[in-house]
Amino acid sequence: MNVGWSFLIFLVLLLIPWVGVGVLGLQGLFVTVIPYVCFLIFIVGLVYRILNWAKSPQPFKIPTTCGQQKSLPWIKHSRLESPFNTFEVVLRMVLEVLFFRSLFRNLRADLQGKKLIYGSAKWLWLGAILFHWSFLIILIRHLRLFTNPVPSVIQFLDYMDSFIHSFGVPPVYITDILIIVGLSFLLLRRLVDAKVSYISHGSDYFPLFLILGIVITGVLMRYNLKIDVYAVKQITLGLATFKPAVPEAKIGTIFYVHLFLVSVLAAYFPFSKLVHMIGVFFSPTRNMPNNNRAEMHVNPWNYPVKHLTYAEWQERFREVMENAGIPIDEEVEKEEHEWYTIYGPNKNLNL
Amino acid sequence: MSLPKPDELISDVKLHSTPAKDWMEIKPELRKGYYLSIVEPKYLEELDLNHMGKWQPYDEKWPLPDGWQEKVKEELQRRMRINRAFKLFMDICVRCGACADKCHFFLGTGDPKNMPVLRAELVRSVIKGEFSTFGKLFGRLAGARKLDEDVIKEWFYYFYQCTECRRCSVFCPYGIDTAEITMMMREILLELGIGTDWGIKPVHNSYYIGNHVGVPPQSFKENLEFLVWEFEEITGIKIDLDKYINRKGAEIMFVPLSGDYFAEPGIYTMLGYLVLFHYLDLDVTMSPFATEGGNFGFFNSLEMAKRLHSKIYDEAKRLKVKWIMGGECGHMWRVWHQYHNTFFGPIDFLEVPKSPITGTVFEHAKSNKIIHIVEFTADLIAHGKLKLDPSRNDHLVVTFHDSCNTSRGMGIFEEPRFILKHVCNNFVEMPENTIREKTFCCGSGSGLNAGENMEIRMRGGFPRANAVEYVHKEYGVNHVVCICAIDRAALPTLFQYWVPGVEVGGLHELVANALVFEGERSRDVDLRRRPLKTPVKGVD
Ligand code: SF4
Ligand code: SF4
Repeated sequence: MNVGWSFLIFLVLLLIPWVGVGVLGLQGLFVTVIPYVCFLIFIVGLVYRILNWAKSPQPFKIPTTCGQQKSLPWIKHSRLESPFNTFEVVLRMVLEVLFFRSLFRNLRADLQGKKLIYGSAKWLWLGAILFHWSFLIILIRHLRLFTNPVPSVIQFLDYMDSFIHSFGVPPVYITDILIIVGLSFLLLRRLVDAKVSYISHGSDYFPLFLILGIVITGVLMRYNLKIDVYAVKQITLGLATFKPAVPEAKIGTIFYVHLFLVSVLAAYFPFSKLVHMIGVFFSPTRNMPNNNRAEMHVNPWNYPVKHLTYAEWQERFREVMENAGIPIDEEVEKEEHEWYTIYGPNKNLNL
Repeated sequence: MSLPKPDELISDVKLHSTPAKDWMEIKPELRKGYYLSIVEPKYLEELDLNHMGKWQPYDEKWPLPDGWQEKVKEELQRRMRINRAFKLFMDICVRCGACADKCHFFLGTGDPKNMPVLRAELVRSVIKGEFSTFGKLFGRLAGARKLDEDVIKEWFYYFYQCTECRRCSVFCPYGIDTAEITMMMREILLELGIGTDWGIKPVHNSYYIGNHVGVPPQSFKENLEFLVWEFEEITGIKIDLDKYINRKGAEIMFVPLSGDYFAEPGIYTMLGYLVLFHYLDLDVTMSPFATEGGNFGFFNSLEMAKRLHSKIYDEAKRLKVKWIMGGECGHMWRVWHQYHNTFFGPIDFLEVPKSPITGTVFEHAKSNKIIHIVEFTADLIAHGKLKLDPSRNDHLVVTFHDSCNTSRGMGIFEEPRFILKHVCNNFVEMPENTIREKTFCCGSGSGLNAGENMEIRMRGGFPRANAVEYVHKEYGVNHVVCICAIDRAALPTLFQYWVPGVEVGGLHELVANALVFEGERSRDVDLRRRPLKTPVKGVD
């Protein structure tokens, strides 16, 4: 059901530019206003999200230690899984963000009769890597359309991506194929794997459809329904230089669909689960060093709490302690101490 | 409580099929044997906590206080405001499912709501439904729902079916730690006045008496007296107990666990500590007021955790020691390692721990001044300060159970193994995917070690027991060593159920058994008075 609805929403989105441009002829709206508005939402939304996370303090140092701590000098310390300093944390994060290291560890557990068995499960990792890396490369490659002259790095990337030309195959980008493979895998996995489909909401399928839609329109545009690249470049450069212009030449409607879906994705991004892309950098279980006992971490809202003092306790047990021959401490004095709580009827703290 | 036979218990577990209905449509059905009883109101009252009067989870209508919905929403928002981890974990899960089959409770029940992702989704859905525009607009499609009484029942049920073991966090690409979410949700339940019997009474005991089982100071001493008497009977070596209890001006304060001086098999570990101290003639003392490292507060709320452990540094100050050493425990070490310094630091009235025997300075504990006894002993062995006869443990085939907290919340992996390899000759590892950071929980941690929820404990402990069963059958393992007091309490029950024939004990029990004292008489039994020559059969 979740799949159906999100696909329906996706179809509606697909129709909007089709009707808007194809029937109503609102090119201007689709190449200027909508991209700008959406891009603005993207930026503002993202900044909002980042500030919102940054605003909440991380009260405790809670790294997940997946490897040997740094302790005695002769014990080999796992620098990546139990980082002790900032450098090691950065290494851990880099591997996490670029290569999905935790996901690489993935296991499959299964019940065989009365026996639990475990197998490696790297498919999800592979699908995710294919998708994310291709997406990144495609994104950078697109800068070709937004720059003039095109920086040589981008030219090079573009060249590398399409280098299989030289084998006489039709001109395709490798990443175009890989991203479709990756996305289809992720989508199929959601549909086929009972567990994953059970946990999937519409908001999990929708971005997949959306990105798949973007990729497919992009690919179609390039290989089948040849469009006027010159006109496209005019538009994109115009957008990039804040001199938006409605092209005179006729570009296929597919371009407008592509652009519109991209705009929707941008606007949707900050408010969806897609923000994991930024959020991962904030994750305290990965971005904090495991030097808890060596360096103090400060919790800005730390406060003194009530506890029973030794003096009170000793009063209570004095007699039995004396009988049992446990030394009594005559020096302690009863201390009054101020305390706070956020709980219960005696609540006196409002954080 | 009558429990089905092991084979029956596991036969209904389906890991690959899911209910026909959407999980939001499935109303919580509180199954007997799966949940904990509610504590009597007076205990909550005496701890300055809210309560909901006398009631139990099986009551049709829960006596939730007036305005509870507003309160819960407020508490959720507050936690997002003051705790980035919580907010972030609510925001960035992509429901990739990498964590799904990592939870021992899912593996033992097949209940999809025990997949960490869905467990957290029980909260996420409410946050979306109550606070987010998207969520309000698209409802279930966006994974949103409203807060109602069933939600609270579900929270209670499932957040007490999570042992805060963090195994899920290891595999999540963003490090989402469902244990943190569980902690927050238990806190919120506590604010409503929902506290479990097994969770709150120990807190009460620790708070007013000194340890969670409520052993008063004189009995604490009596228990230890009994232990050293036993040791003297076996070995002829007399340990002078008095210097270890409430003596001012010692160099080190040692914090034991009540689990270790309260019942078998923990007591042998306790004896192990004492034997080691005696062997080294270590200048160490214990405070009868701080006789509990295990922190039951942590299973209820961070504030309670802090209240219970405040006494440790206070006592160190009063006893004028230089630094602190802690026994073999799991959750206690999670709190000591990850929270203590933040709760109580800077701790400048103590000195950086330095072993008086080897001179090693424990730099990695230079700020909070607490070291683990396993670190201490490993250092001793590495410097050749202990004369050990590992063949004294030849009647045991040993495997090591990494406790969740010391592994995933601290990173102690090598030290205990190093010690083990020096104190026994037969050490076998369990299968790779079930040890170290991938270790499986005993299924009874974080305040679940009660009697009324036995079925869920046996199910949750199934993956652990299954791995032990493997080495038991394959290599004849008959003894599981662990460095956690809850494990020592929970695992024997678990193994009796799943793998009869396997015993449980702490690391320092084996250390003490292997320690060779100068001029001692030859021994023919171990600390448990089992003959050294015959292989142990284990409990049956
Ligand atoms: S592994 Fe992490 S991101 Fe994936 S479903 Fe679990 S909690 Fe969510
Ligand atoms: S912390 Fe442990 S018990 Fe809790 S959901 Fe994660 S794996 Fe399961």
